[in-house]
Amino acid sequence: MGEEKSHIIAAIVENRPGVLYSVANMFRRRNFNIDSITVGPINGELARMTITIKGDDKTVEQLVKQLKKLIDVVKVSILDPANTVGRELALVKINVPDSKVRADVLHYVDIFRGHIVDASHETLTVEITGDPNKIDAFINLMQSFGLKELARTGIVALSRGSQSIKINGIE
Amino acid sequence: MTKMSGARALVESLRQQGVKVIFGIIGGAILPTYDALYDSDIRHILSRHEQCAAHAADGYARVTGRPGVCMATSGPGATNLVTGIANAYMDSSPIIALTGQVSTRSASSSYMIGKDAFQEADIIGITTPITKFNYQVRSAAEIPKAIKTAFYIATTGRPGPVLVDLPKDVQMDTAEMDFSSMLKIRGYKYVTDPHPLQVKKAAELLLNAERPVILAGGGITISGAFQELLELAEFIQAPVATTLMGKGCFPENHPLAMGHIGMHGNPVANKLILEADVLLAVGTRFADRSTGRLDTFCKDAKIIHVDIDPAEISKNIEPDVPIVADAKKALKAIYMALTENLKTQKAETPWVKRIKEVKEIFAKNFANNADLSPKVLLRALRELLPEDAIITTEVGQNQMWAALHFQVIKPRTYITSGGLGTMGFGFPAALGAKVACPDRIVVDIAGDGSFIMTEQELACSVEEEIPVIVIVLNNSVLGMVAQWQRLFYGRRYIAVKLGRVPDFVKLAEAYGAQGIRVASLEDFKNAVKAAMKSDVTTVIDVPVSPEEDVLPMVPPERGLNEMLIG
Repeated sequence: MGEEKSHIIAAIVENRPGVLYSVANMFRRRNFNIDSITVGPINGELARMTITIKGDDKTVEQLVKQLKKLIDVVKVSILDPANTVGRELALVKINVPDSKVRADVLHYVDIFRGHIVDASHETLTVEITGDPNKIDAFINLMQSFGLKELARTGIVALSRGSQSIKINGIE
Repeated sequence: MTKMSGARALVESLRQQGVKVIFGIIGGAILPTYDALYDSDIRHILSRHEQCAAHAADGYARVTGRPGVCMATSGPGATNLVTGIANAYMDSSPIIALTGQVSTRSASSSYMIGKDAFQEADIIGITTPITKFNYQVRSAAEIPKAIKTAFYIATTGRPGPVLVDLPKDVQMDTAEMDFSSMLKIRGYKYVTDPHPLQVKKAAELLLNAERPVILAGGGITISGAFQELLELAEFIQAPVATTLMGKGCFPENHPLAMGHIGMHGNPVANKLILEADVLLAVGTRFADRSTGRLDTFCKDAKIIHVDIDPAEISKNIEPDVPIVADAKKALKAIYMALTENLKTQKAETPWVKRIKEVKEIFAKNFANNADLSPKVLLRALRELLPEDAIITTEVGQNQMWAALHFQVIKPRTYITSGGLGTMGFGFPAALGAKVACPDRIVVDIAGDGSFIMTEQELACSVEEEIPVIVIVLNNSVLGMVAQWQRLFYGRRYIAVKLGRVPDFVKLAEAYGAQGIRVASLEDFKNAVKAAMKSDVTTVIDVPVSPEEDVLPMVPPERGLNEMLIG
């Protein structure tokens, strides 16, 4: 058994109904434990999935092979963490009962380069993007103020530099 | 481009794929397609349960190598196919399942997908993990593309079942049809040519091996690599073990044949595969029932693993030389690479002498002469049947007795549910095999427990005039489970007793088939002879002791080295 670590996998898939289902279903059936999965169209015909998984190299190799085996999966690549830009977006709603707390939260939002996207008398809603560690750190900080609600997207990622996943001329 | 209904386009597409026969059951949502079938030359065989339609298509596919087609209506018709589809998926058998579906739109607006309409089931969702590909057609014009794609995917690379779901309105709509194109499947690729460098490595290992063994799996049969396997084995004097799925891909009467490995493997194969210094495994997924405990399986051998499915490489066993390729091409390439250093066939090696000795020892130890023991019956059956007779099996003791004691000589003549282990498979699969090969004798080696799971197909076999032979090894129990209870659960028998019902002779007669009960080996031989001449299906009821074990046996979770000989 190899060492357990985080892996980011990018998959280009046909953008048609049921594809997310078949991918998610395969993960469940083959007993792969996924940390996060994001999906969005990249043009009318294709969509890109970003999958993060913790596991040893052998597990990840099997996961990639099983992914490639699905007919609707066009291309799969394991992104090298040292050479990948990965970002996640989180929306965080925080309780701000008084102006002191409000000022503290605003201060931290500034440090973390977040944005206030909504506010009420009792709450602030913050948008924050970055690598997952940064988002974890921000959330940990906000916990002491009282976290009311949280939504995270999971990671999207691209290789650094000019490298890209090529599919039939579509880059 | 021609304008026609979706249903007509479907039938035309099937005709273009060379489909001669469909196994199925009609129903409301698939009625437009059946109506189009009315004008076609394609033979429709009315199964009596959709599961059997799928198994029959599977049996058809396994004996011919061509895809078998089954068809069912929406809802329960489709869900009844599920076991048959899962069975085909586990054994990489190319079947095409066509299912009716409720409409994508309708005048009454509630007989529609997503509205929990009458006989609606999400068969795409249900069969996603058990099909190689499935597709719900959303417009009539897509039908020819979907069918062409379905056959292409089912039969290429590692074969497997494909399901096409056909909403009723899509069957009825008319459209301009293009029969030449496929759906977009740019994600579908498979490799057939072996990598030359890997082939070279494999050849070097085999050339220097002192105790080479070839493990031949179902992939040899699928790829039709029989001749290549035989030539390579003889050339390097490598004994051949098969998996259960590989049984028949190498003639079992050949001096280098060791039989199949596994939980109920041939003791010769189980013992000697562990002594190999180089193992060439071709078209096998190293299933748990074949290898036993992986940590004791060929742990000192160099392993060459050839498979067309890259996901099988390193899934269970980490090979020293992985080769992703078609079995036939890989074996041919390895043979060619060997001829660079080896000009003529190897002389008989000490290793091959050892194989012969071990074979003789086990042959003596296995002398068992009880008149109606499964071993004696199955050996007698082998002598009565021509070499090209097709055997199907049910699942359980009957299957393992057949695997151990019925020598298979020709490829594609031992049809069994290997991966899923589906009781009830053998009889409908026998009907599918007989439809494909009407001039050959087809025998289902059955147990009483399995046969009653699909015995209603006697109606189909009589009405559709598909005569096969069913040999019921009747021990009045669910024998394999009873054996486990006897060996591992202190004889605490629960839920295994079937009693002496039904009376299989009367059952056969009730359907208009022939039933024969036998009480001696002589009776049995006469019954088989009579059955071979019969125009209707014959059920031969053979009493077997409920205490009879299948031996040898490797206990669950143990290694092949821990075989109980009995």
